Parts: sequence; structure tokens; C-alpha cells
Amino acid sequence: MQAKVLKYLLEKEFKQMLRNPIMLPLIIALPLIQLVILPYAATYEIRNIRIAVVDNDHSQASRALEEKIASSNYFRIVLQASTHQEALQCIRAGSAGMAIEIPADFESDLIMNRPVSVYISADAVDGTKAGIGASYLGQIIRNFAEDVVKEKAVKGLIDVVHQPVPAKVEAVPLFRFNPALDYKTYMVPGILAMLLTLVGGILAALNISSERELGTLEQIKVSPVSKFDYLAGKLIPFWIMGLIITLIGLGIAYLLYGLIPKGNVFTLLAFAIIYNMGFTGFGLFISSVAKSQQQAMFIAFFFLLIFFLMGGLFTPVSSMPHWAQYITYLNPTAYLIDAMRLIILKGSRFSDLYPQFWATVSFAVAFNAMALLAFRKTAD
Amino acid sequence: MGIKSIKQRLLRERKAIQAVNDGYVIQVNDLTKKFGDFTAVDHISFEVRKGEIFGFLGANGAGKTTAIRMLCGLHRPTSGSGMVAGFNICNQQEDIKRNIGYMSQKFSLYNDLRVWENIRLFAGIYGVNENLIAPKTDALLSRLGFMSERNTMVRELPLGWKQKLAFSVAILHDPRIVFLDEPTGGVDPLTRRQFWELIYEAVSRGITVFVTTHYMDEAEYCNRVSMMVDGRIEMLDTPRNLRSHFGVESMEEVFTRIARKATRNDD
Repeated sequence: MQAKVLKYLLEKEFKQMLRNPIMLPLIIALPLIQLVILPYAATYEIRNIRIAVVDNDHSQASRALEEKIASSNYFRIVLQASTHQEALQCIRAGSAGMAIEIPADFESDLIMNRPVSVYISADAVDGTKAGIGASYLGQIIRNFAEDVVKEKAVKGLIDVVHQPVPAKVEAVPLFRFNPALDYKTYMVPGILAMLLTLVGGILAALNISSERELGTLEQIKVSPVSKFDYLAGKLIPFWIMGLIITLIGLGIAYLLYGLIPKGNVFTLLAFAIIYNMGFTGFGLFISSVAKSQQQAMFIAFFFLLIFFLMGGLFTPVSSMPHWAQYITYLNPTAYLIDAMRLIILKGSRFSDLYPQFWATVSFAVAFNAMALLAFRKTAD
Repeated sequence: MGIKSIKQRLLRERKAIQAVNDGYVIQVNDLTKKFGDFTAVDHISFEVRKGEIFGFLGANGAGKTTAIRMLCGLHRPTSGSGMVAGFNICNQQEDIKRNIGYMSQKFSLYNDLRVWENIRLFAGIYGVNENLIAPKTDALLSRLGFMSERNTMVRELPLGWKQKLAFSVAILHDPRIVFLDEPTGGVDPLTRRQFWELIYEAVSRGITVFVTTHYMDEAEYCNRVSMMVDGRIEMLDTPRNLRSHFGVESMEEVFTRIARKATRNDD
């Protein structure tokens, strides 16, 4: 490698980057838009589920339960159905997402402290919504049942002493490190990871293939520039760009959400930089093998989609099936998202993050080695 | 870079200079390039003398570009051997690249860099000393009469100007030989005339010129012309001898006579 030649190449790359009319807006707008929109839009909180009610009891208790369901923010009663069939029809037609059927002896069973079954049906086309809706509804019903039992006890209708409330196993989830279960703060580290992936994976992938299409790559290949110099000239500007985007992203996260990394910012930056080095290598590898920008874009998009979807950004890795979890071991994005969340939300120290760190380093080395091997100045 | 490798490089360079002093800048024997079953270049052999303007003619798809790419170290030959600027085309491609200039039919300066920035970039790449770049740039621009375009973005230049600039950049580092692959495609006759004046100027500086073209008037400007048909060199001689061989008036007719033998289609 010749430092002198690299200097001229870097001069060229920076001039081109700064002259590219979309580059500067991209550096600012990309993190801003993603951090403003995605955390709000990609929330897992579910509201206003339309629900059909079949009340076979028509009692004070059943009406009170309905009221309780309606008064929660999560459900909106759209139909009082007279039969279960009618309610299902309503789900089938898409006008309701869930149905609840209150059995005929609801109130008396409650008072007599007999087991009560309430049927819940959910439209599981949207599985997440159905699952979360069903569990919300279950919770409301359990709370209601408890309240009823307590109330009756106070009124003396049930002899509490002689007929104790059946022992209940209650699960009380305790959400640590993100106590409010705030999806916004949960999303931010993942979005930072996504930004870094985009800078490397897409922008770098398009870079060399655009030079190939313009014909300037051939001019470089027929010159004595070593491929180390040429690739370093391509990589370094993207490293700097990735660093700037990360810093801007953290700044935006602070301004919008008051999010300050709990852990060491330098540990965070170290992860960001190494990961970004890896992905620019990945991008350059793609643009070395692709014949056109279109091909490069397609290949890059294919991999990035897999990396994102299997990286724990939208769906937690731990809830994937086992075989899928094994695949995530080969996903560099999963390690970074994990590390970013641990550093930002949990305040993990560098010493807690060795597995993620070495995985990130290994991917960076592997991707850049691939880029170096794929780029040939003399074709066979 | 270690002393040993510098020593080796100097040794190779000295050998190369020796070969060039013997009078040939290009020597090629049975050079062949196959892509799968397709033989793009089929056992060609020829020499190019120092200071010569060597025309490399042939119909589209005859294998000219593949041959040039092998000579420039962009393709590895399937078989055969050759020396360019004293270096072996099979295993000393990077040494060759240091000693040649190259200008392809596809315009290849950077459109989003200014004129002076392009000159500076390629001067730097070819190892021109930092202190010499500015005076060399001035000399180049004043020779072309481009002084006022120094700060112009290359994309704003007319095509003819771009090509003249690209040629001047290709010989900025005083290569032994410059390869021009259809350098004057798509420009008007006057600009082509000016372009050839630049070529003669380069020759007077001791640079050998290897040029492909589709314009037969340009073939007349060459010292010797080779005619490629279906990957083979069908004829190689001075334009005058070629004309008299076929008993025709112009290179146009020579070309038609020879190209008629082709069985390969355009690619």
C-alpha cells in the first residue's frame, strides 16, 4: 500500500461524496426520519380492537364486564350479538377482530365461586394482534372476576372465613431495564443499527458498480493503483460517514426521547465503527461481483432484508423457532442490535459484551477479506 | 516496501528498458483468449516497434478489444506469450500498467471532478511527484488551450474536448506506449484532425501509439496497420502496401475486402 496514492484517492472520494447532491441531506435526513417515524409507527401496543359480544347471561355482572371491556382503551364493542354464530360471522366479515361469549350462568357461577369459562375468539390473520388482544382481554376478565369476588365478600354475601377465595397463581411480570415497556426506546438502538447497515450495505454496494457502469473503473484497473489502495479509498469515507450518522442518530434520540445511553458511549461507538467497517466491506464485495448497479442493489437488498427481519429488530430472536435462532448466529445485524440495546438500555459494560464484540469483529474481517478476494484488477 | 523488492523491481525495469532498446515495445506470440468454447483471440503474433503508430483494425466482434485488454494486463491470456513495454503479459501485469497509458472508447475521466482535479488524480495515481503536478497541469492545459477550463466540471465539456483531455491525461506520466481504443468515436472531423495532431505530438515525444479505429482515413495516418478477422490477424502491413496488395485506391476498400472473409457476426 502506498500512502501517497491513497491520499489522492481519498481526495477524489471525498470531493465526489460532498458534491453528490443527495449525500448531505441523506446523512441528516435518514437518521432523522427513521428515528422520528419508526419508533411511533412500529409500536407493538394494540388499541381499538373491535370486539363483538355475545351475552347469554344478561345479568348485572355480565353488563359490568362489558362496561369494563369497553372502558379500556384497547377494545371497542361494535356488536351485541345474540348467538355465537352471529359473532363469528362478524369476525368473518372483518367488522370485528375478536368475539367474547359470556355463558348463561356467569353471575351465579361467580357468586357461588364455581369455575367460569368465558369464550374468546380472535381473528388470527394478524397473529400478533390476536395474541396480544386475547391476553389483554384475559387479563381484564381475571381482574373483573377478582373484583367481583372481593366485592361480594365485603357485602357479606360470601362468608369469606368459611369459603376462602381459591388460591390463585398469579404471574406478575417485572419489566426491568425498560420499566415502562416503552417501544420507542426499545426501537432506537435497533434503528441505529439499521442505519449503519444501510450506509454500508447499500451505499457502498452501489459505489463501485456505478464506477463500473461509467467506465472509470476500467481506467483505474489499467492503472498501477494497488487494489488495497483503491478499496481503502472507497472504504474510509464510508467509515467516517457511518460514524457521523451514528453520532447524529444518538443526538436525535436524546432530543426526541431524552434517551441517553446507560453504558459507555465509546463502547457503543466501537461497536458501531467495527460493524460499519464490516458492512462497507460487504457492500464492496457485492459491488465487485455484481455486473451492474441494478444487480448490486438487488443482491444487497436481498441480504439486508434477511439481516433485518432475522436480526431481532422487529421480532425478538428469542421468540423465533429453534432452527431460525440458529440462523441468527450467522447474522451480523443480530449481534449489533443486541449489543446496542444492552449498552443503551441496560448499561452493559464492554466486559459483558465479549461474544457480541468478537462476532462483530469476525464478520468485519470476513466481509473485508471477501471484498479483497472478489476485487480483481486482472480478469481471467 | 522492502529494499529487496525495490531491487527486484529495478532489475525488471532494466531488463524492460533493454528489450525496448532492442526496438520492440510490443512482442506477441500465439496469443489466445478463450471464453468457454468461444475463442475471442485466436493465436495472434505481431510486433510493434518503438515510436510507431500501430493501427489495429477489424470489424466489431473481431476480437480487438479482448486483444487490447490482454496487452494492458486487464485479461490473462489463455495461452501464448507476449511482452509489453518489456514486461510479460502473463505475470507482470502491474509492471505493464505502470508503463502504459490507456484511453478507452468509453469516456473515463470523472465527470463530477473539475478538469484540474482529474489531472491531479491521475498524476498522483501514476506516481508523478506532488511538486510536479501543478506545473505539469499548467503545461497540459496551455498545450490544449484549455487554461480557462481549469475549474470546469468535466461533465460540462463538449465530447471532443473531453477526449482530447482524456488523451492528454493518459500520456501525462510519459508512458512507453499508449493504447487508444476507438478514441475518436462520435466526434466531428475537425476535432478528429486535432486529436491526431495530439497523437503525432506524443509520438514526437517518443511514445508509441497503439490505436483501434473504424475511420479508414485514420488508418491512413498509421505507420502500419493490422487487420483482424474472426480473432486472427489476417494481414499486417503499411497502408500503402495493403492498398497495392489488393490493387485498390483506399483503405476503405482494403477493409471491405478483408472483412468480407469474416464468418462471425457482430457481437
